[in-house]
Amino acid sequence: MSRAAPAGTETTTVARRLSDALRRLPEHVVIWVPLLVTAAHIVTFSVWTIWVSFTPSTLMPVSGWVGLRNYNAILSTRNWQTAFDNIFLFGGTFVVLSAAIGLFLAILLDQRIRGENVLRSIFLYPLALSFVVTGTVWSWLLNPGLGVQKFVNVLGWTTFRFDWLLDKDKAIWTIVIAAIWQSAGFAMALFLAGLRSVDGDLLKAAQIDGAGPVRIYRRIIIPSLWPILITVVVIQLQFAITTFDLVRALTGGGPGIATMLPALVVYDFMFQRGHIGRGAAAAVLMLLILLSVLLPYWAWRYVQSRRVANA
Amino acid sequence: MREASVTPSRVLVYATVWLIAAVYLIPFVVVLLNSLRSAEEIAQTSMIGWPKQWAWSNYANAWGQFCIAQTCSGIKPYMLNSALVTIPATIISTLLGAVAGFAISLWRFRGDRWIFGIIAIGIFLPQQMRLLPWTVVLRDMGLTNTLTGLVMIHCIQGMSFTTLFCRNYYTAIPQELIKAARIDGAGFFRTFWRIILPLSPPILIVTAIWQFTHIWNEFLYGVTFTTGQQQPVTAALIALTAAVADIPQYGVQNAAVIIAALPTLLVYLFGGRYFVRGLTAGSVK
Repeated sequence: MSRAAPAGTETTTVARRLSDALRRLPEHVVIWVPLLVTAAHIVTFSVWTIWVSFTPSTLMPVSGWVGLRNYNAILSTRNWQTAFDNIFLFGGTFVVLSAAIGLFLAILLDQRIRGENVLRSIFLYPLALSFVVTGTVWSWLLNPGLGVQKFVNVLGWTTFRFDWLLDKDKAIWTIVIAAIWQSAGFAMALFLAGLRSVDGDLLKAAQIDGAGPVRIYRRIIIPSLWPILITVVVIQLQFAITTFDLVRALTGGGPGIATMLPALVVYDFMFQRGHIGRGAAAAVLMLLILLSVLLPYWAWRYVQSRRVANA
Repeated sequence: MREASVTPSRVLVYATVWLIAAVYLIPFVVVLLNSLRSAEEIAQTSMIGWPKQWAWSNYANAWGQFCIAQTCSGIKPYMLNSALVTIPATIISTLLGAVAGFAISLWRFRGDRWIFGIIAIGIFLPQQMRLLPWTVVLRDMGLTNTLTGLVMIHCIQGMSFTTLFCRNYYTAIPQELIKAARIDGAGFFRTFWRIILPLSPPILIVTAIWQFTHIWNEFLYGVTFTTGQQQPVTAALIALTAAVADIPQYGVQNAAVIIAALPTLLVYLFGGRYFVRGLTAGSVK
């Protein structure tokens, strides 16, 4: 800005503004183009998929309006019905158990034990693995002719049976096992951070009052963890509802369709049966299930933040 | 708190915690041992056992010779594909996220909450809602079955995470610092380069580790948008395990699993602290 322009003249102001804008063009490009592309893809992709779910599209997207026909078709398939039931079985069991195990591990690690860092790394390493790896490894371990059952049989207990993987009533629990192994450590990490941030003065006061460790945990520490518990539950539910890779690698949805999940139904209709209208409808249904968890959670977060702001 | 001493309850705590730790380690140890056993040995006994003879050749076999879906080039080309997708996508999305995160934390403008909110929604929007649109976009851009296509997808999708991670970090930077730079006449890039970047290593490491782990481990896009020799390693692993039915080659397959898991495991081992920070940051959002 060394140029001492005669102030006030219209043309120079415009010219300067223009040159200023031009000079700043690169930064605007770098900032806004990626941001707008990202935001635009989220909006347009969602809207487009929702639109496709109302069209008679099969292999190619076509225009046309079929109302709720795709939705009715999806809802009446056995695959979707099984998948929907499995969300509750798998999601419910997995979320409760992984939160419980995570909390248990966090409390154990909070006892000022030696080797805490090593132990924490052990509980968290599965989170670095892909679900494909986890699913593959557990499909071997739980394969009765190859894994745990065979091992025990070879040891001498020949009648031992552990064949949930091939049992259509129990196969869903193998997914629960693998999913817990993979992500209970995540719950542990969040709970441990929560335990460590409990008000020290409060604990001292309770100790002076003669409260034992069990009482302190039950009355003071665990009640203070419930916001973390809600976060853990919501994130694990979100994972459960969108699970794809893990089931694909572990059971492939089988035996039969016993471990079918919504994400597999979506993939099946979109890319294997070539009925993208129905696939899109299944994807939208999946989104609705997800929103039934997320919307209350966001509302709760909103109320919490308002309360903090007002306090 | 009391001094830790040897009491029955403490013994119980140690025993329980190490027992669970053993359960956590067993799958990895089993696969590691299997990767060094011959197929016959595994077939005769079970997946769980100590190698009688160390079959180091499993690794060479898995890396360069093993047949996956009629192509006998081992896991090497797929590892290369994963690297060629993961490394550029991680670097680009992290840097763009840092710039955008800084811009969002710095400026208030009309509609900023909207853009911010939409990008946050991107974190929750399931991949299934984007599968069809991406198929069309890739086709129209001529990027179907290319690694470039996957890089583009991961950059755009990853922006949601990287922008929010960085934005949350940058809002904690004192505004005076930035104002001072402004008064000195520093433009956006200068401020970013001279003041923000030197403060950024922690968040950039967290973000890059998060992106690397997620992109390397991603499966759905890889298996949908690429085929054959263009697939990333997660998709190839599924094809590889499907081959179990034909000719059991358990030792080699276990070695392949170890190789495929190695990059993210190494990142975890060397960047553990940042990895955990990313996990918790990603959950608080």
